[in-house]
Amino acid sequence: MKTLILASTLLLAAVSATIGSAATATAQTKPAAITIATEGAYEPWNFTTPGGKLDGLEIDLANDLCARMAVRCTIVAQDWDGLIPALNARKFDAIMASMIVTEKRLAVIGFSEPYAPTAAAIMVEKTSPLARLPGTGTTVDLGGDPAKVKAALDPIAAQLKGKSIGTQTATSNTTFLEKYLKDSVTVREYKTTEQHDLDLQAGRIDGVVAQKSSLTALLAKPDYQAFTLAGPTFVGDVFGKGIAVGLRKDDTVLKEMFDKAILAAKADGTIDKLAQKWLKTSLMN
Amino acid sequence: MDLSFMQATLLTLLGGLPLTLHLTASSILLGGAGALVLALMRTSGIVLLSAPARAYVFVFRGTPLLIQLFMIYYGLGQFRPALQDLGLWSFFRDPYFCAVLAMAMNTAAYSSEIIRGGLASVPPGALEAASACGMRPLMRLRRIVLPLAIRQALPAYGNELVLMAKATSLASTITLMEVTGLAGKMIAQTYRAVEIFACAGLIYLALTLILTRAVLLLEWWLSPRRPRRQPAPPTICTTGEPA
Repeated sequence: MKTLILASTLLLAAVSATIGSAATATAQTKPAAITIATEGAYEPWNFTTPGGKLDGLEIDLANDLCARMAVRCTIVAQDWDGLIPALNARKFDAIMASMIVTEKRLAVIGFSEPYAPTAAAIMVEKTSPLARLPGTGTTVDLGGDPAKVKAALDPIAAQLKGKSIGTQTATSNTTFLEKYLKDSVTVREYKTTEQHDLDLQAGRIDGVVAQKSSLTALLAKPDYQAFTLAGPTFVGDVFGKGIAVGLRKDDTVLKEMFDKAILAAKADGTIDKLAQKWLKTSLMN
Repeated sequence: MDLSFMQATLLTLLGGLPLTLHLTASSILLGGAGALVLALMRTSGIVLLSAPARAYVFVFRGTPLLIQLFMIYYGLGQFRPALQDLGLWSFFRDPYFCAVLAMAMNTAAYSSEIIRGGLASVPPGALEAASACGMRPLMRLRRIVLPLAIRQALPAYGNELVLMAKATSLASTITLMEVTGLAGKMIAQTYRAVEIFACAGLIYLALTLILTRAVLLLEWWLSPRRPRRQPAPPTICTTGEPA
């Protein structure tokens, strides 16, 4: 069996090495047109309207940034868990999908300046005992004093014992659950946040962890009157340095263009205006 | 490209194999039983039986398995109060049962057509001979029709088994962490799609290799030309009752 595994890994190694070397760097000139990928299933950041059009804060922002950079942009939707591999396979040039800058992602792709800070929260049913999770209304900085983090998380972990919590696969929310609450909760991973919201409504899971801005927008909808945020808001550590445009590491020209455009959009209040429009709050906590 | 990574990947992915095998076995067993019933209904010649079977096959063969899976899992999830009243919710709450149900219902439709083909291939002469020997319909079914039909249907059914083994990968879309689910999770953590999917593919390849060999072995075992240890005594006609 061991030799079989070894032989087959050798064969596969040869195959994937050939595929890997096919992708080579292109010339570094200012592009005339770029393709930006989003997920199209993360309201209100980026979503698909019933008519099939992409809409949301990041769609508006992408159009604004493209105008500032003076390039033609095509925005496409792509499954969340395939975004980074597809970027590196040159299927598109940039990711704007509420993607958080994390160490792990920085190992494989580059990021622009962040255009939004990030925070995560837990959503549960109002009638559930979890609705009284300790620490509601406070913010826990996971990157801060370890003793404080532990003091804040321990009572939450105790109350979540044996519960199933849904998250979207390949997100920092999953990393958060696995790093801090692995011993007490069963993590159920979903392809999209819409799917875990459905399962929360169906009562298959006891809560979901997602970005606070997205959950807040969800709770404003009539379908979600029975739900509420519980426990503290989580920032720092696995939740990284904020939301930014994902770019290939070697695309330094594109990064410069995005950085300049984002800083300009921040400076003239465009991003704040979009946050007010889509998130009903200011982004700059 | 490093080998130790691929070896570690294979070992991690093998952790999902038991679930993949469970899903395959449960849905094939349930679906196979359903298929036999459907095929017999379909060939019964009684409209009240054959029409529902026909409609069932039309619906389940005509829609993608992924949609059937989503309908059962997310679709029925919206009717929780009604299902709770019926006492069925504990069943539909569990993604494993939802996956088995969807795959069993799907394969029942396909397999029933395969079995129907096998049943149609039984020569009318064999049936007449059995009747002439005084066999009742049930005994005729057990002794003559099914053995001949199964032998005819087996190659096509082997195909269906392989398709089902691979279809279990869809269960990852409803949070079941079988081989494909684990592969997706690992890619999310490492972004090394090529190596990880290649390893996952390898596991499925090994699985289908074993499955197809097993079906081939069964075909050989059922073959009339297989050398038997003892030639059957030359009784021409028997109803199975002691003379």
